[in-house]
Amino acid sequence: MNKELFAAISIRNISMRFPGKPPSEHIDVLENVTASVAHGEFVCLVGPSGCGKSTLLNIVAGFLDATSGKVLVEGEPVRGPDRRRIFVFQENGVFPWLNVRENVGFGLRMQKETERDRIIAHYIDMVGLRGFEDAYPRELSGGMRQRVEIARALAANPDIIYMDEPFGALDFLTRLKMRTDLVRIWQSEKKTILFVTHDIEEAIQLADRVLVMSPRPAMIQEVIDVALPRPRDLDSPGYLEKRDRIFRVMGMSLRVGEAAAA
Amino acid sequence: MSATQAEAAVEPGSRASSRGNAAWLRNPDSRFWQTVRAVGMLALFFTVWGLAVRISHSDLFPTPGNVLRGIIELAQKGLLFKYIVASLFRVTWGFTLAVLIGVPVGLVLGWYSRLFQAFNPILQILRPISPIAWIPVAILWFGVSDAAPIFLIFLASVFPITVSAIAAVQNMQPVYLRAAQNFGLSRGELFRRVIFRASLPQIVTGIRIALGVAWLVVVAAEMIAVNSGLGYLIIDARNAGKRYDLVVAGMVMIGFIGLILDFLVRQLEKFDEVRWGYARR
Repeated sequence: MNKELFAAISIRNISMRFPGKPPSEHIDVLENVTASVAHGEFVCLVGPSGCGKSTLLNIVAGFLDATSGKVLVEGEPVRGPDRRRIFVFQENGVFPWLNVRENVGFGLRMQKETERDRIIAHYIDMVGLRGFEDAYPRELSGGMRQRVEIARALAANPDIIYMDEPFGALDFLTRLKMRTDLVRIWQSEKKTILFVTHDIEEAIQLADRVLVMSPRPAMIQEVIDVALPRPRDLDSPGYLEKRDRIFRVMGMSLRVGEAAAA
Repeated sequence: MSATQAEAAVEPGSRASSRGNAAWLRNPDSRFWQTVRAVGMLALFFTVWGLAVRISHSDLFPTPGNVLRGIIELAQKGLLFKYIVASLFRVTWGFTLAVLIGVPVGLVLGWYSRLFQAFNPILQILRPISPIAWIPVAILWFGVSDAAPIFLIFLASVFPITVSAIAAVQNMQPVYLRAAQNFGLSRGELFRRVIFRASLPQIVTGIRIALGVAWLVVVAAEMIAVNSGLGYLIIDARNAGKRYDLVVAGMVMIGFIGLILDFLVRQLEKFDEVRWGYARR
């Protein structure tokens, strides 16, 4: 509708202060953060651990109220969570009392049954879980549970997907595979994705643009246009150059860039 | 070498099974030895009991054989079945009422923290009062009827159920709640599809505890105010002729039925809807 006029997400002068026990010991987490995400864009938010990137994502998604500033989605201020913008949680938010099929169909209760079954099957297929429809989350590996959550988000047909370190708890190889699959899904579904990670490699492998945040109180320190063709070659000079640039940006304030990348 | 090969070729099945026998005989944790341990200790218990009665020359306290004959006598008179049904009837009513009230009340108090602040002190004061202490009140309110023991069973089981439902909601992982909010659930849907489902494993545990307490209390409740049931049997057998064989018969039946009830509720824990909530086995 207003797709030409407004950015998908517009973050304007967001500041966040958590009150301390004596009020003087408050913690400033975010300071005047401004950024925007275009329609269909894949943007990664990287920064050192504890810098407030998850807090920012929670504010953008409407789970937290900022101390000042505002977030606009499609030009409208965010007032709370919305089914048009689905959040994929770091700690895995699939419902353990529902099987894979029921989890993926959780946001689809408005649809007719035949249509719902079609959508569920489509997205279970897309995330590579065919044959596991009747399995319960406790019977799946961590990677498969994250796939269920991604399928549940996609099935609800949101405009935007927010992802908060969704692969953080997975092992190295599973993480690589999940990234490849996520890019493939993103290319076919054309959703806007805002993805938080502390993993610089992950950000460069996934994103169109990387927003690098500073330590607390966090600001957007640098915006890096990745602009590498997909599928991305992790050995190409272009890839390594972008990666090293983020290392340097984060290293300036962090000194141990390697730690943040590990 | 060739001989064993020939044997194996002739009778592979029997060889395999005899080797299997040896395996479960040698394994001290096999099903066989588990059963031997349980049954063996029971047999030892009854033997020591019988011997103790005989050695002490007790006139009143029955041997296991006397108790068994007592149970058969009760069964032949039709009293055993009648009393078991009477006790189960009261437990069913009191317990069902407790579930129907305790679960919704617990869910609501667990969710709305201001209601919890208001009601929790009352709950915590009522909770430690033994149902036995309510017996005079129950008789005052309900007279000598089935309502009195049903009320006592309700009192005994409603608190564990309510408290476990409250705790379940309060300890719910916030990520489920946030996911539910994200999908735009209405208040009713939130309760039905997320809060209730997330709390179910802990509620089932509360229900299991509550049923155990309810069965404890029915016997005490039947010792007053009614003229049927296993609790009544015990008091009646004592008062009418010091029939201690029937007293102990009543006790044994209470034990066995309690065991069966617990076995039945434990089956609830095997459903996929709640199994996720228990420790990984």
